[in-house]
Amino acid sequence: MADIVKLTIDGREIQAEKGKLLIEVARQNGIEVPAFCYHEDYTLQAACRMCLVEIEKTPKLQVGCTTPVAEGMVVRTDSEIVRKSRKGMVEFLLTNHPLDCPVCDKGGECELQDMTFRYGAGESRFLERKIHTDEKQWSPVVYFDAPRCILCYRCVRACDEGMGVKALGVGNRGAISEIVPNHQDHLECDECGLCIDICPVGALTSGSYRYQTRPWEMEHVGTICTHCADGCKTTLGVRNDEIIRGNNRDRSGINNEFLCIKGRYAFDFTKHPERLQSPMIRTEKGYEPISWSKALEVVAGRFASVKTRGGKFGVIGSNHTTNEENFFLAKLARQGLGTHNIDHHRTGDLASFFDALSGKTNALASSDDVYSAKAVLVVGSDLAQQHPFLSFQARANFRHHQAHIYAVTSGPVREDNQAVASVRVPKGGEVAGVESLRDKLKAEGDLVIVFGDAVQGDALRKLVAFGDSLGIPVKYVCLVDYSNSRGAFDMGVLPRDGGLSREQMLAASDLDVLWVVGANPLKGRALISQNAFVVVQDLFMTETAKQADIILPAASAYEKNGTVTNVCGEVQRLKQAIKVMGTKTDLEIMGQIAKEMGLNLGIWLPDKVFEEIRKSVPGYGVSPALLAMGPVSTMPLNGRVAALPGEIQSSGDTLFTSGSLTPYSEILNTVMEAPGQLYGGQGQ
Amino acid sequence: MTFSPQLEERFAKMLTRYPEGRTRSAVVPMLMYAQDEVGAVTKELVEEVARRCKVTPLQVDEVVGYYSMLHRKPQGKFHVQVCTNISCLLVGGEELYEHAKKKLGIGHKQTSADGQFSLEEVECMGACSWAPAVEINYDFHHFVTPEKLDQLIDGLRKAQ
Amino acid sequence: MAKQLYNQPSPLETRVVSKRFALEGSETLDVYLANDGYKAFRKAREMTPEAIIEEVKTSGLRGRGGAGFPTGLKWSFVPRTSPKPRVIVINADESEPGTCKDRLLMEYDPHQMIEGILIAGLAVDAHVGYVYIRGEYRYLIDAMDRAIDEAYAKGYLGKNVAGTGFQFDLYTHSGAGAYECGEETALLDSLEGKRGVPRMKPPFPAVAGAWAMPTLLNNVETFSAIPPIIRDGGAAFAALGTPKNGGTRLVCISGHVNKPGVYELPLGFPMMKAINEVAGGIPGGKKLKAVVPGGSSCPILRAEECDIPMDYDTLAKVGSMLGSGGMVVLDETTDMVRFALRIMKFYAHESCGWCIPCREGTTWLKKILQRFYEGQGRREDISLLGELSKNMLGRTFCALGDAAALPTISIVEKFTEDFEVYLARQEVLV
Repeated sequence: MADIVKLTIDGREIQAEKGKLLIEVARQNGIEVPAFCYHEDYTLQAACRMCLVEIEKTPKLQVGCTTPVAEGMVVRTDSEIVRKSRKGMVEFLLTNHPLDCPVCDKGGECELQDMTFRYGAGESRFLERKIHTDEKQWSPVVYFDAPRCILCYRCVRACDEGMGVKALGVGNRGAISEIVPNHQDHLECDECGLCIDICPVGALTSGSYRYQTRPWEMEHVGTICTHCADGCKTTLGVRNDEIIRGNNRDRSGINNEFLCIKGRYAFDFTKHPERLQSPMIRTEKGYEPISWSKALEVVAGRFASVKTRGGKFGVIGSNHTTNEENFFLAKLARQGLGTHNIDHHRTGDLASFFDALSGKTNALASSDDVYSAKAVLVVGSDLAQQHPFLSFQARANFRHHQAHIYAVTSGPVREDNQAVASVRVPKGGEVAGVESLRDKLKAEGDLVIVFGDAVQGDALRKLVAFGDSLGIPVKYVCLVDYSNSRGAFDMGVLPRDGGLSREQMLAASDLDVLWVVGANPLKGRALISQNAFVVVQDLFMTETAKQADIILPAASAYEKNGTVTNVCGEVQRLKQAIKVMGTKTDLEIMGQIAKEMGLNLGIWLPDKVFEEIRKSVPGYGVSPALLAMGPVSTMPLNGRVAALPGEIQSSGDTLFTSGSLTPYSEILNTVMEAPGQLYGGQGQ
Repeated sequence: MTFSPQLEERFAKMLTRYPEGRTRSAVVPMLMYAQDEVGAVTKELVEEVARRCKVTPLQVDEVVGYYSMLHRKPQGKFHVQVCTNISCLLVGGEELYEHAKKKLGIGHKQTSADGQFSLEEVECMGACSWAPAVEINYDFHHFVTPEKLDQLIDGLRKAQ
Repeated sequence: MAKQLYNQPSPLETRVVSKRFALEGSETLDVYLANDGYKAFRKAREMTPEAIIEEVKTSGLRGRGGAGFPTGLKWSFVPRTSPKPRVIVINADESEPGTCKDRLLMEYDPHQMIEGILIAGLAVDAHVGYVYIRGEYRYLIDAMDRAIDEAYAKGYLGKNVAGTGFQFDLYTHSGAGAYECGEETALLDSLEGKRGVPRMKPPFPAVAGAWAMPTLLNNVETFSAIPPIIRDGGAAFAALGTPKNGGTRLVCISGHVNKPGVYELPLGFPMMKAINEVAGGIPGGKKLKAVVPGGSSCPILRAEECDIPMDYDTLAKVGSMLGSGGMVVLDETTDMVRFALRIMKFYAHESCGWCIPCREGTTWLKKILQRFYEGQGRREDISLLGELSKNMLGRTFCALGDAAALPTISIVEKFTEDFEVYLARQEVLV
């Protein structure tokens, strides 16, 4: 129980926990105390002096962001002298700050504009010459304009503390102080853009968004990033049916302000000129466009005839289609086509995982658990590259709560910098490495174990047994890749009941149909079943599409509604941001095929399908009302899970690659750090 | 990058002076002494100091811009620093500085074409009671009049 | 041949810390030992830490760097029983305009300072010290290194100081040209290899200073005064000055005087006597116009305000500070606008840039004064200078903001007539 103190702010009696910062207490009670440099996630600076307030019995104004509240304190945040002080600070700031508003990206969402309106003077008393330096470009993503910078040091702290990259510093002295990048004239970093979004003014601007629009001209759509499995919320700025920018400045979703380069900038694949926008059929002359009705007729007709004569289907589902699409596909395959040959690229051994955890409650870690657990153990994954949000959470856990971090990996990882112990193991030696930490781990209050695809099958069961033997509460995250691998597993896009696995389908020579939805299994391999009728639904002409008989242009995750499930089992809603002409959502395509085939598999609208999911998929009985407000954890399965044939292999994506989308995102290909490297130990 | 044996010896001692794991403390002194030998704080020197002190080049860069005596461009063989702060100002410091500019034909933080002299108008160098004060490299000169400055500079030129 | 000192001594001085300056070889350990050297240390070695601190408190010694904080009290803040080892840091950054005394102490009597550091080590149970010397004082870094090497060689530093079993290591550390590094916490950051940016307090350096260790930080002269205090007793030192302002201090007199120099005077010495008798009065019989009592960071005094004893409390009462001891004398020919401009150029150049009011304020004030000096001033600028300075005063992250604001306010308010002269001149030209 914390001590409660009573203090007075602006005549109001307020109760607060002893030792809490005055600025926090004031704000929580609806009392405005302005600040530029103060940010509750990062170290205190007391540099901007905007939060100076009057405290009785102290001769000078006191800094609200570093003063802890105490019993009997009498504070005035709105007296004459405080107002004069704030006006003075804004005035000082505006002496060198250029009047760039007409051409500055930040106009309309600029904290300095807001402060000036609220606390500043209407006219400037400054007659002298402003200090000017030219704008600099530090990377394709980051531009820096020193005159606009108010030296609040948020970017430096966000990069250093938040991201653990430490690519920004402060150079020079006095009024010519400047933010400097880690390579004198350019940045080599994660290119995540957190510095740009956290900048209160337009000093840091983004290369992809610059000069394109004004914030009030855009519609902001909050949806889930379509790249990795972390499930970060990304707010897309849309204008004229085009995504102009992405960020998470509204701190919605699970990820606070965090987004990596993919979540923030790699939406640009949606407008790549090679986007498939018409169904195509293979002819002797190559691929020719055909109408949707024709295409669906051909596909449905072939499916029906193969089904009638008892032919062999192979269905390969997607790692980033929605739960509704996955559910419908599984249903269509089993009930509609009468086949159990359905699978997807499995990137984590969820089957062994759920089986090993059967009977346990509270064994699945949410993304918040990674932030709040007393200890976090990372096994066999370069989180900063493959699950940057989980890396961010663990790092924030260390910073805010002094959590104990452990890493057992085959190479250096960013977590080494905070780790109590880092163990390097050869691939396959993960469990032995974890075992070597037994004494330290069992002394922890509780533990979250995050493990990658190196831990599968037997090793996975050994890991869970290890967790059991520690005698402390342990939760797990079984890492998977791509935005909805967990959803694909949960919805049953799996070779159950003797069905062929993905590898088996690709190796088979007697498939009559190979239906590939949003996947690229034929990358680097030829189709064995020469006689198979290949149908591919995708966004681009991938290697697999190049071997298709019919290509159906699909919508991306940013172009549809539905739900996805992240790596921690949290279900979240997508919200459609744009529509690309000529495409259809995978759900609609499947629904139309079913209809053409005369099947009755239910209405193929996302809401309706989700209703079915709620009723029939274990763990997905979530409240739609809650889901409308934010992420909802799916409950852990309780019961044995049968083993599945087939391989488990991580995608091996880095911060700068994203499966088959990689070649189509300009930003991912222009940054110098691409394609990135796992276990490179980047960041300090 | 290697330095003279004396400098290497100094650096070896320097790195052991500070508490365990705190070699970052050696960054500023190391830059100061290395700069005398290398001529300026070059990119190479930044990386060398970063390596030896176990910090990142960025952490060294941050410091180079902050301190007045660290410079990225080479100065003259004789760096003439003239104080014009209050005590020197009152007894002709500014006039002395103007005179120095004319005598050397260069301005603030500039180097003569032959690389022999550079000039800087500096802040108080702690010789207030013996003003006007001039520091040439690390040598102090007190009660400097324009004539005395001429003699100093001519003397240094002749010694070449 | 008699030793050539920087300035002739004055018979009016009371030589305590400077008593060995004129001795040949005063910088050597032999001369030091032959002249009362290490008597104080041996005495302190037999005292308890509390007793040492009590003696320093009795002496009334106050920080000689500029802030004037009671030294004994400061020493008592360092927790002797902390789990981290304690560190002593000696502030030899001496960059306050008008100040040139620590230089002499290190050049002429380094062992006195070393002895003072060692006694401080006994008082707070510290066994390592770092002398932070400004980068421009390279010859003094060399001189200190020589003195330290000599002390080690003869057993007055290292594992067994003066055979008493006390262990202490002392090192020099070079600055690189930054006035702000004279500020206590900015010095610590610089010592740690970073930019000289000050720190938030709390934690205070006594509790968490250099490398987060409990740190005792004092000025060169403060440490130099310790051996006389311990040797002859705090009361004797106190008696030389005035109540609560004990002892003597090195006063650097500069500017418009016949005999500028560094003179050791007791606290409470009359300012006019210092100007007219110690420093030989103003050349050419000119009239006194103003005095900067303790370095450029102090509010300036008009001539009529200078008939006062020089100690911390009196100067504070008249709205200024005793500061660093840098007394600058200005005669009637001084153009106060030009003077104010030069002061502001200094602060704008030296501002570390961390906080808005100091970084932007000093630059703006400098630009206004520059414009005024160049004949483009307006009447409103006079009040604007005062207002902007008051917007900085007490609102900056460290005292540099105050140091820039205080002299500006005092010059604008006390010497408005000088600004009027400029305005009048402009009207004539128009």
